[in-house]
Formats: sequence, C-alpha cells, structure tokens
Amino acid sequence: MAEGENRKLLDEITQSDYKYGFETNIETEFAPFGLTEDTVRYISAKKNEPEFMLEFRLKAYQRWKQMKLPNWAHLTIPEINFEEISFYAAPIQKKAPGSLDEIDPELRSTFNKLGISLEEQMRLSGIAVDAVMDSVSVKTTFTDTLAKHGIIFCSMSEAIQHHPDLIKKYLASVVPVSDNYYAALNSAVFSDGSFAYIPKGVRCPMELSTYFRINAKNSGQFERTLIVADEGSYVSYLEGCTAPMRDENQLHAAVVEIVALENAEVKYSTVQNWYPGDKQGKGGIYNFVTKRGICKGNNSKISWTQVETGSAITWKYPGVLLRGDNSVGEFYSVAVTNNHQQADTGSKMIHIGKNTKSTIISKGISAGFSNNSYRGLVKVMKNAENARNYTQCDSLLMGEKCGAHTFPYIEVDNVSAIVEHEATTSKISEDQLFYCLQRGIDTEKAVGLIVNGYAREVLSKLPMEFAVEAQKLLAISLEGSVG
Amino acid sequence: MLKIKDLRVSINNKEILKGISLNVNKGEVHAIMGPNGSGKSTLASVLAGRDIYEITAGTVEYNGKDLLDQAPDVRAKEGIFLGFQYPVEIPGVNMMTFMRTAVNEIRTHRGLEPLSAKAFLALSEERKTLVEIGSRFDGRSVNEGFSGGEKKRNEIYQMAMLEPTLAILDETDSGLDIDALKVVANGVNKLRKPENATIVITHYQRLLDFIIPDFVHVLYNGKIVKSGGKELALELEIRGYDWIKKEQGEN
Ligand SMILES: Nc1ncnc2c1ncn2[C@@H]1O[C@H](COP(=O)(O)OP(=O)(O)OP(=O)(O)O)[C@@H](O)[C@H]1O
Ligand SMILES: [Mg+2]
Repeated sequence: MAEGENRKLLDEITQSDYKYGFETNIETEFAPFGLTEDTVRYISAKKNEPEFMLEFRLKAYQRWKQMKLPNWAHLTIPEINFEEISFYAAPIQKKAPGSLDEIDPELRSTFNKLGISLEEQMRLSGIAVDAVMDSVSVKTTFTDTLAKHGIIFCSMSEAIQHHPDLIKKYLASVVPVSDNYYAALNSAVFSDGSFAYIPKGVRCPMELSTYFRINAKNSGQFERTLIVADEGSYVSYLEGCTAPMRDENQLHAAVVEIVALENAEVKYSTVQNWYPGDKQGKGGIYNFVTKRGICKGNNSKISWTQVETGSAITWKYPGVLLRGDNSVGEFYSVAVTNNHQQADTGSKMIHIGKNTKSTIISKGISAGFSNNSYRGLVKVMKNAENARNYTQCDSLLMGEKCGAHTFPYIEVDNVSAIVEHEATTSKISEDQLFYCLQRGIDTEKAVGLIVNGYAREVLSKLPMEFAVEAQKLLAISLEGSVG
Repeated sequence: MLKIKDLRVSINNKEILKGISLNVNKGEVHAIMGPNGSGKSTLASVLAGRDIYEITAGTVEYNGKDLLDQAPDVRAKEGIFLGFQYPVEIPGVNMMTFMRTAVNEIRTHRGLEPLSAKAFLALSEERKTLVEIGSRFDGRSVNEGFSGGEKKRNEIYQMAMLEPTLAILDETDSGLDIDALKVVANGVNKLRKPENATIVITHYQRLLDFIIPDFVHVLYNGKIVKSGGKELALELEIRGYDWIKKEQGEN
C-alpha cells in the first residue's frame, strides 16, 4: 500500500457515517408489487427475452414456490413480505443509450458521486465498468477495447440477446436453479448483472468491474453475474455496491457464477458496502447472495476476496468446486459488523479432483451489538487424492455486547487429504491503542490503523484501487466503536 | 516546563506513587533510578496519560497547563514522548505508515502542513542515521519480530522523528549491547536542545557516562528519596540500593 493513499485514507476517516446514502430523483418504472407467474412474465417481456429464458425463469419460479426460507444461519431475519416488494425497478431512459451523451444526466451524476466514471478515460487504471442501477445496466464501458481481444463484457440482458449459446451453456451450470431459496428466487426474477467471457489464451488487459446501486424504494435487486474464463485465460473482476439510506429494509439476492476452464484463472473481488441501517438497527439491506465458482479444467484457479462492511444482514458463502486436477480455490474475507448488523459468511470448498488445494482466510471484526459468524465447509470427495486445505479464521471483538462465532464443517472421504483449521479470537489490546495514542494518533485513527493491520493479509489480495477504498471503509464502519 | 507536586497514584486500590514532587526545566536532563518495582514506569505512564491508574492526589503542570487534564494523544501532540520500556507490537501495521501518521498528526496540531510522502521519506532517512538502523524496519510491521535492541533503537528513531519537548525514556538502555548503547545515547545527545528536556529512567550508571544528567533522583517505594548530581549515580553503582533502603527503614 502506497503511503500516500494510506495517509489520505486516514484523513478521510474523520468524515462520519454512510457517505453513499443519497437518493437519485429519477423516474422509475416498477413491476407491480408481489411475486406471481405474471411478475416473471412481465420481467421477461420487459427485457424482450427469447423463449428459452422465459422457460428458465418459470421453472425457477415453480421451484421457488415449493421451497422454504433457510433457517440454519446464525441470523435473526425478520419475516420478509414478498407482497410488498417490487421485483423490477428500472430508471426510465428514453432509449437504450448508445453513447455516453445519451445517458440520463441524473444517472451519470449519480455514478460520478459514487466515484464511478462512466467515461472511458484510461485515467488512473482503466477499469472497465458495468454500472447497474436497480434492475438494469446503465452503461458498460470499454466494451470496444475489450472486443479487440475477443473479450465479451456486457450486461446480462445483452448477453441473453447476443450470446444465447454461451448463456444456455453456462447459466445455472454452477449454481443450479434449485440450489437454495434465494438462488431459485433470483433465477426467476433476476433483471440484470454482468456477463464476461474471456476467450482461450487471453489475459484480460484491464480489471473488469460491476458497480451495483440500489436506488428505488420498495424494490429488490436481483442481479446475476456470470464469468466464463476459457482455457488458459486470466481475468480479475471487481464488484462494488451501495444504496441510499432508508428506514425500511431492502432485499438484495444475487447469484454470481464463475467457470474456469483448463489453466484459467479468475480473481473476483468484492467491496460490499450496502447501507447497513442506522445505529438503532433500522433499515438497511438484506444481502442474501450465492456465489460459486467451478474450477472445471485442470490447473485452473479461482480466488474470492471480499470486504464486507455494509448490509443489515449478510448471508453469503462464496465457494469453489475444485473439479479439475491440481486446481486451486481461495477465499479471503474481511467482514465487519457494527451497531446491529448481522453477518453469517464464509466459504465452501469442495475438493473433487486430484491434488486440489484450497485456502480460506477469514477475518471477522465485530463491534457494537452486532453478530458476526464464520461458516465454512471443506469437503473432500472420494477421488480427491492429495487434497489440501488450510483454513484460518480470526475474530476481533470490539466491546462487550457483540458476538463472534465460528462454524467450521469438515467432511473428508479420502485418507490422503490434509485439512488444517486454525481459529483465534482477540480484542484490540489496550497496549496497542495506548502506544498509538502516545505517538499523537487519536483513538479513531488508531483503531483504523490497528484494524487495517489485522485485515492486511486479506486487503493485500485486493487490486490497488479497491484496497484503498476498503481500508477507508473498514475505518469508517468502526467509527465510535472504541473509547 | 514540568512541575509535579505531591503526586499520588494507585492501581486496584494499591498505592504505588506515594507523593512525588519533581521540577524539570528547559534544557535539563534528569535521571531517575531505583530498584525494581519502585514505581518508575508507573510515573512515566501517568505522565504520558495511561488511564489504568487512579490519581488520588497532587498536580502536574506542563508548560503552564494542567497535564492530567489532557488526553494522551493531546499530550503527545503537545510534545511529550514516552520511550516505552516494552515497545508494543502492532501486527500488520507498516512501521512507516505508522510513523507518518504520527508525524503528520503532530504537525497538524502544531499548525504545520502535513509532510508529503517524499518529504517524509527524506526526513526519515536522515533520522534513521542517528540511530543507525538503515533499512532494517522498511516494509515491516510496528515492532513485530524486532529484536530487543531493535525495538529500543526504534523508540529513539521515533523520538527523533517527533521532536518532543519532553522525552521520557524508560530503560531505553536495557537489552542493548555496549555499541548499541553508545548509538542510542549519541542519538539522544544530538537531539538535546536548550528548549527541550529529557527524563531518563535507568538501572545503569553506564548510560549516564554517555548521557550526562544534570540531576539524579532515586525513586524508592513510590517516593523520591534522594536527589543529587551525576555523582549520585556513581555512588549507587558502587554501593547499590541497600544503604538507601536502610536509611529509609530508619526514617
Ligand atoms: N497494572 C498493574 N496492576 C497491578 N500492579 C501494578 C500494575 N502496574 C504496576 N504495578 C505495580 O506497581 C509497582 C511499580 O511498578 P513499575 O512498573 O512502575 O516499577 P518500575 O520501577 O518501573 O520497575 P522496573 O525497574 O522493574 O521496571 C510494582 O509493584 C508493580 O507490580
Ligand atoms: Mg519499569
């Protein structure tokens, strides 16, 4: 981490509270409240989808109707009334924007305020962005530059229109429709998200990213992302998200699927900063997400890195199916909960192929009245000779009223496996704090430094720009939690 | 600069400092000696603002202001530096990031512009040479995995960076080999200015050969029982503390 960035970050810590809580005033088109077969048809029709997609959705809807809400997580989830949610909300734009000038200025300024440039200047780092507001993708940048390398990067809606074969082949191939309650729900009503395909042997020349923004009231966001890395390709993918401050809870139920073929590598990084609710626990996003990758080919690698600071409730377990021999799955996570936030998060590593290797590093930080749980599954199947897993799961407690919990599940069906699990629980030590104070660093900044130090192993896995953002977020989310 | 009057301090209802009075003026170096457990580190910590102690009586004035009123980070910003007897490790926090944060916090407090990365590095390089640490700390976390001697040098490096008005060095010499001792003493001497003052807490006369004190105080059982010039340190070196303990016992 460059010193300059670090310094800047520390200056900004003094700003308080949720910075992204503003609301954009834009005319929005909603689906009627509630979820019926008609809602599913409405969404599919809105998007002018081919028949196979409508069928896909309707099947998913039928499955969902038969499913029950999961209740095994260490979470207290108030009942969600699906009758009061609009499953589709789209900012009204006259027509699909071809160029930047055609994007509604309100939308453009929204993303500008969020620090997301929809202009294709190679400035800074040249990250290609797919900007999604509520249920639709507003703009994807750098598509032409990427197309020169044969890379497809577009919204899910466009992919369904223009690349139906890839969609048919890979959509729901990693997270089956009936995988879980929210995955089924998402499959029925997902509205947009990003699609990326990296062809054989191509190293994607820039970071790809999706920025998700919830704006509309009483709506849910159900986005769907699919990344396919063909043989020998490489891509690093970033995901960011924010939402306005509102008193009522909003539902976000996403599905992300990654496919890595032989010798391919995918890095997926998330900085999740949905509105967490206020200090009394009112409002905030329910973030129920299914993320899974499959290392389909030999020698492939998928790496999840996540920094979770937002959301009232987080429920997510990014995992990797290690099918190919010698494939590698990684999960690096920092999850912060403060005030009344709840998080139940971790990873699933399923070893299927030979010589497969997985690493799980989870750092939980709990403050206020919050609850933070790590839940992880490491499964070694019968034929997974020489599988290796290393899991390290650390919890940092700030204050007396918060909770940290660990639920590691290990299932090994092959004697050659080596599975290691280490767990620690600690507090910010008074000695460390005093040492900082004695050097003129005030409590807030000291906590920021110490916590970032604690999370460094994970933060260092993030691409530079994201790491800076993440450090800021960590410090801000913990403001006022010590001293 | 520093006026301590009849300071009494307890921890868990046990009185540790039992009425300490001490005046330190600009330009002076005071040495505090005394047997283990006599309260030297406690005094240093109380001056730096550690909040685990209960101050039951007395006053401390620093540059004309009530010191005991001020938060520990404010005291640091006002120029008080504590060289810790046991420097603390902060895993994952880069030493240079830490130092730069501290330097700029203090500069801001003094109405100076924060240092740019470049200016900071230049200053840091210059001050490192004072304690001959080279690039040993670069890329490492605060005190993490530092050897005992390195930790002590690191304290002096930080002092050099922060340019305190009042430096309190708690056994900065213990754990140092004789060469390191000279290096550290040399560093302290170079930073001595007419407008600054230093309190050195030590067990060994040997350090005082290099850092010549104006006053030597003996802290025993929570009280300053003897004060004198640098010859007092010599006497202690030869005779130990028994005669003082005896004197105290007789009183
Ligand atoms: N946190 C604490 N809880 C209980 N007792 C304490 C605490 N801190 C210090 N003391 C006690 O206060 C007394 C003075 O301790 P202090 O560390 O100030 O001594 P010192 O003079 O610095 O000793 P040394 O030469 O060994 O460093 C000791 O008896 C010590 O056990
Ligand atoms: Mg001591």
